[in-house]
Amino acid sequence: MSVLVYTESEEGKFKKVAFEVASYAKAVADQMGTTVTAITINANDVSELGTYGVDKVLKVNDSKLDAFNARTYANIIKQAAEKEGTKVVVVSSSADSKYLAPLLAVGLDAGYASNVVEAPTSASPFTVKRTAFTNKAFNFSTIDTDVKIVGVSKNAFGLKENSASAAAEDFSPSIPENGVHVESVDKATNTVTIADAEIVVSGGRGLKGPENWGMIEELAQVLGAATACSKPVSDLGWRPHSEHVGQTGKPVAANLYIAIGISGAIQHLAGINASKVKVVINSDPEAPFFKAADYGVVGDAFEVVPKLIEKLKEFKAQNA
Amino acid sequence: MKILVCISHVPDTTSKINFTDGDTKFDTNGVQFVINPNDEFGLTRAMWFKEKQGATVDVINVGGPETEPTLRKALAIGADSAIRVNTPATDGFAVAKQLANVVKDGGYDLIIAGRESIDYNGGMVPGMLAELLGANFVTNCISLEVDGTNAKAVREIDGGKETVSTTLPLVIGGQKGLVEESDLRIPNMRGIMQARQKPLSVVEPVDATKETSTVKFEKPEAKGAVKLVAPDNLDELVNLLHTEAKVI
Repeated sequence: MSVLVYTESEEGKFKKVAFEVASYAKAVADQMGTTVTAITINANDVSELGTYGVDKVLKVNDSKLDAFNARTYANIIKQAAEKEGTKVVVVSSSADSKYLAPLLAVGLDAGYASNVVEAPTSASPFTVKRTAFTNKAFNFSTIDTDVKIVGVSKNAFGLKENSASAAAEDFSPSIPENGVHVESVDKATNTVTIADAEIVVSGGRGLKGPENWGMIEELAQVLGAATACSKPVSDLGWRPHSEHVGQTGKPVAANLYIAIGISGAIQHLAGINASKVKVVINSDPEAPFFKAADYGVVGDAFEVVPKLIEKLKEFKAQNA
Repeated sequence: MKILVCISHVPDTTSKINFTDGDTKFDTNGVQFVINPNDEFGLTRAMWFKEKQGATVDVINVGGPETEPTLRKALAIGADSAIRVNTPATDGFAVAKQLANVVKDGGYDLIIAGRESIDYNGGMVPGMLAELLGANFVTNCISLEVDGTNAKAVREIDGGKETVSTTLPLVIGGQKGLVEESDLRIPNMRGIMQARQKPLSVVEPVDATKETSTVKFEKPEAKGAVKLVAPDNLDELVNLLHTEAKVI
């Protein structure tokens, strides 16, 4: 009956979202009067999960599972859910979890709600609040099946500490073959990705050309932030598509989003709306972004950004 | 190769989102509907397979008659024929079930859907469809090549990309990158004229129970006014971000 949460790891270490989904699972378990079981695949030290309210850990370790494989992983989580008699499975909104959740849903005959931003507003009928229309609205949705899957939006619920014991138990599920084989993985190292970033620095067409991105990268570096860009910038080929944020690009749910030289088209704002604090730097005081931002500077980015970098360096030096 | 492209009928990206009936229904008043952008990248890639590899391309939508102009647009872009499953799209699972039924009867080798629709953003139809069919599945797909029954695809992952090999039958959750924005096609007059003659068949739905139900919609709270900081007073901005917003 326990709530099952899939806590993702990478190279043996938990991703930050693992603790957020564990915190969420604990909130659901409290509502239902039950406990939290986590399933881990090739994670090393699982004791940290106890800090976020996990009572029991089903620990799967097998070198055949080193590369993520959606259908195989979904099948393992299904076996764990069946073993635990789980009624609610909690997953994150990472690319991998969004890949496996629909497969798991069919496997468990479970209804699945993605992009959920709050603890269930009601346990019966099981009702969740999720974003829709690319963050332009929310919808309250019931999951009507016996077994339910909740996909939690990144950075929406946050981390909640709840001390528990996290008793680890080795779990050896059967590992089915899948017809999709990973040939190679190409992942940037030493840069912060938009998915993981707490701060995102984003540039628009106001920067006039790709040669002017040095100050964006420097600002990002000072803040430990990821870099992003608006759609026109990626369409013009100034920056890679993987940096395009907005309705047809990547969503951003950072703590701080800094938009430089971005006017704030409705599609862009939709994509970054889930970010908590927004700062806009733009020379045009009429730019729509000012209506969506928390803080704004009306000024020339080429003057403001280098000064801001300087001020932030001073701040970091004082607060180091 | 027989390709089926799943087309979601969604409000244009510039639409203002409003609700009616006590915030339980999307207000379609004054809203222009388009092919879901993620589906359009897939449709355009399918056109490439048609032109270079002799594939046939059908398009499908699960919805009422109001979605037919969107299917006609897909025909005008170059699809060979269209199918509309005559039932409202209630939730992701019910849609996947309707699609699976048509795919089973139609003998499709490759099914391309968008990774998610831009209205409900569920991101579940392609995966559920693949699982119902027992077909291979790659989502967030930014590159796809097919050679005989072998396929090579690239999936966008958090912070990078992953290249995978697989075989047909295959379901793809597509997005920008499958083709570039500049490759998208605006239907020309000839395409639009031809689309009128192309078959659009309406098929009746199979039994499919939805698993989730929308109870109510809500719009985000209106934002407070922006706090402006003078460009020569950036100490103040740093201070606000540190002490007030507490984000640095």
